[in-house]
Amino acid sequence: MERTIAGKNITVNEEGYLTDFSQWDEKVGEALSAEANIALTPRHWEVIKYLQEEHKNQVALSIRRIGKSGLVDIKEFYQLFPNAPLKTATKIAGIPKPASCI
Amino acid sequence: MKNLVILGAGTAGTMMANHLHHNLKQPDWQITIIDEREEHHYQPGYLFLPFDTYTPEDIVKTIEEFIPKDVTLLKHKIDRILPKENKIQLTGGSELSYDILIIATGAKIAPEETEGMKGSEWQKSVFDFYTFEGSLALRNKLREWEGGKLVVHITEMPIKCPVAPLEFAFLADSFFKHKHMRDKVEITYVTPLSGAFTKPKATETLEHLLVEKHINIESDFAIEHVDNDKKEIVDYGGRAIPFDILVTVPTNKGDALIERSGMGDDLNYVPTHKATLQSKEYQNIFVLGDASNIPASKAGSVAHFEAEILTENILRFVHGDPLKEEFDGHANCFIETGGGKALLIDFNYTHEPVEGSFPFAGIGPLRLLKESRMNHMGKLAFRWIYWHVLLKGTHIPFVSATMSEKGKHYAS
Repeated sequence: MERTIAGKNITVNEEGYLTDFSQWDEKVGEALSAEANIALTPRHWEVIKYLQEEHKNQVALSIRRIGKSGLVDIKEFYQLFPNAPLKTATKIAGIPKPASCI
Repeated sequence: MKNLVILGAGTAGTMMANHLHHNLKQPDWQITIIDEREEHHYQPGYLFLPFDTYTPEDIVKTIEEFIPKDVTLLKHKIDRILPKENKIQLTGGSELSYDILIIATGAKIAPEETEGMKGSEWQKSVFDFYTFEGSLALRNKLREWEGGKLVVHITEMPIKCPVAPLEFAFLADSFFKHKHMRDKVEITYVTPLSGAFTKPKATETLEHLLVEKHINIESDFAIEHVDNDKKEIVDYGGRAIPFDILVTVPTNKGDALIERSGMGDDLNYVPTHKATLQSKEYQNIFVLGDASNIPASKAGSVAHFEAEILTENILRFVHGDPLKEEFDGHANCFIETGGGKALLIDFNYTHEPVEGSFPFAGIGPLRLLKESRMNHMGKLAFRWIYWHVLLKGTHIPFVSATMSEKGKHYAS
């Protein structure tokens, strides 16, 4: 489905995740973070860029892997993106919700 | 003479020995299977042991019983695989060469991965039911327990038999009803997932059942530690859930042998091609069952379907033919829902479980994703099928290795 984010027409799935990463830009990321009640700091951006890079390299994302990333530990990841950090952070980053599970 | 070596005589390894000994015969081929254990356990039975539905005798037999006579069973601990030299090193220093290696060393619980899990309350109020000892200790506890907060918990995915903890919660509800003490027990289901299960359609059905059975659900819970003094589990966000009995599924990992051999990912699973079951790194190594990292359920039914396809691929490999990219992630699981009923789900890499009939389209007799007594009978009958049909590598009539889309209600 289509919706307007930061003044742009953007395709998202029924859970609100972007289906086409090329439609993402930092303005879109900011708008999505506002919807999640998160004010982005430079630290948030570092994590978002890291997630996008991992996704580009087709790495399956999981909380465990992020804990071992050397970038943030799981505790800080939760402080940055409270409650369900991986789901929230991937949505803001414009990448699919991780299928960490079978 | 050439050597085919199978590591692990659990469900997957035993099935492969039974498949392959018909085709790879002496004097051309010698098949050896290595496992240090004496006993073969029917692992789905661990779910029923705590509720006194099965006895230990129902679920334990010897490994020997299921290994064909022309296959050599070596009861020895394996030190490491030397994949570049095509050798297996046993503890004590002796070595075995192989032409083809099958890794079927499974997955195990690793409670030590979570702080405090294997602490002072382990097997007192903190239990697992993924080991025989854990399941038996839990049975003894439940026999005498007078009620309180029962928390059923998954540490992180992936786990063996991802529906088992849900089944545990449903069976616990039924168990305490029968004991006329359901009103004294509060059951909470705690999961790192966003819902009851990993696939949307099945999640809807299962969450409905949780509500119906008055089981609370706490989702998106990534555990940080178990507090043994306060008796609560705490997640990274600080959310705490108190328990009187914690039944947890600890982190699952591949065998430590894989780590010693430097062949695993960060959870000791062997990187494996998901359609051929060949190792991604070594052409003459194949991986099946829980030991691989393929994105299929870690379950006996999956190993069974894999074994049929892997047998064909190994024969192709022997003859120098290209491998078939045929495995589709097919899984077929009964989900006990308590009260003598069960659900059945049938799915693969690309098709999530939906409603329908199985194995005969439009007829059944089993119903997909709907509770029925017939499904429960299916689950109970499965123990017999496991010992007498499945392990022997006999094809189960009407159930194909790749999933059938017939008789299933997919949204168009």
